[in-house]
Amino acid sequence: MKNVYENEMKLEFLSKSNNESFARITIAAFVAQLDPTIEEISDIKTAVSEAVTNCIIHGYEEKEGTVKIECKLFANSIEIEISDNGKGIENVEKARQALYTSKPELERSGMGFTIMESFMDEVKIESVLGLGTKVTMKKMIKANVEQEIKI
Amino acid sequence: MQVKYIKEDKQLIFKIDEEIDHHSSEKIRKRADYEIQVHIPKKLIFDFEHVTFMDSSGIGMLIGRYKLLSMFGGKTSIVNVNAPIKKVLEMSGVLKLIPIEEIENIGGNNLEKCI
Ligand SMILES: Nc1ncnc2c1ncn2[C@@H]1O[C@H](COP(=O)(O)OP(=O)(O)OP(=O)(O)O)[C@@H](O)[C@H]1O
Ligand SMILES: [Mg+2]
Repeated sequence: MKNVYENEMKLEFLSKSNNESFARITIAAFVAQLDPTIEEISDIKTAVSEAVTNCIIHGYEEKEGTVKIECKLFANSIEIEISDNGKGIENVEKARQALYTSKPELERSGMGFTIMESFMDEVKIESVLGLGTKVTMKKMIKANVEQEIKI
Repeated sequence: MQVKYIKEDKQLIFKIDEEIDHHSSEKIRKRADYEIQVHIPKKLIFDFEHVTFMDSSGIGMLIGRYKLLSMFGGKTSIVNVNAPIKKVLEMSGVLKLIPIEEIENIGGNNLEKCI
């Protein structure tokens, strides 16, 4: 039987763009305990990269700040919380829309939230202007779900 | 990034050999814009053979280069895209502007040497 257990980790780092790859690789390594497929790992890495990049570019507008990640592993799913104490989002509904970006001059495409929503099973955005933004994402790890059923 | 320009075909090839995110795309953008303005190619090809990861920063980077070259009348395409990156590209609709092409032995055999 597969060794499925619950686990949790927290990560804090400066809002520097070279930490984007550090963040997604670290989360991928942690999540590997659940034996996800290559596709699931790649979906998670992309979603983490989107949320972390948003904290750095939009939350802190490339000034110094701290990005926090909390990651919880359940028997057959994961939950990742990515937050900043930056400027916050004025209109979350608008921000979620595909192709909406407040920074077209930085060559952003407005696809970040759309990618997070389609690569993860659930995406919750909480934001307060002037205080910061927290994105909570959940994803089922399918192989483990099937295994549970078989048992 | 390895750059190759084929004069006879006015073809510029960018072979990217790193993950494309916000951090790396700034660097790629600077080099790419310089090469595009120096050569003004008819055709620009992004070779993704060695790209293992790309997020939305890559979409912005690709569209930006496409727009720049369009001003000079050139066309842009992508080759050797892996499945996860294709998923990101498809979602963004960018393939309508920058199609994925099947080109064998792109740029001949000596691309490796042209850094
Ligand atoms: N952490 C954040 N803090 C403040 N604003 C944010 C944050 N995350 C997202 N936003 C706002 O939501 C908008 C949409 O975000 P999304 O990631 O979808 O697109 P983008 O970052 O602008 O472009 P892309 O992700 O394609 O490069 C952003 O343009 C920004 O205005
Ligand atoms: Mg974004």
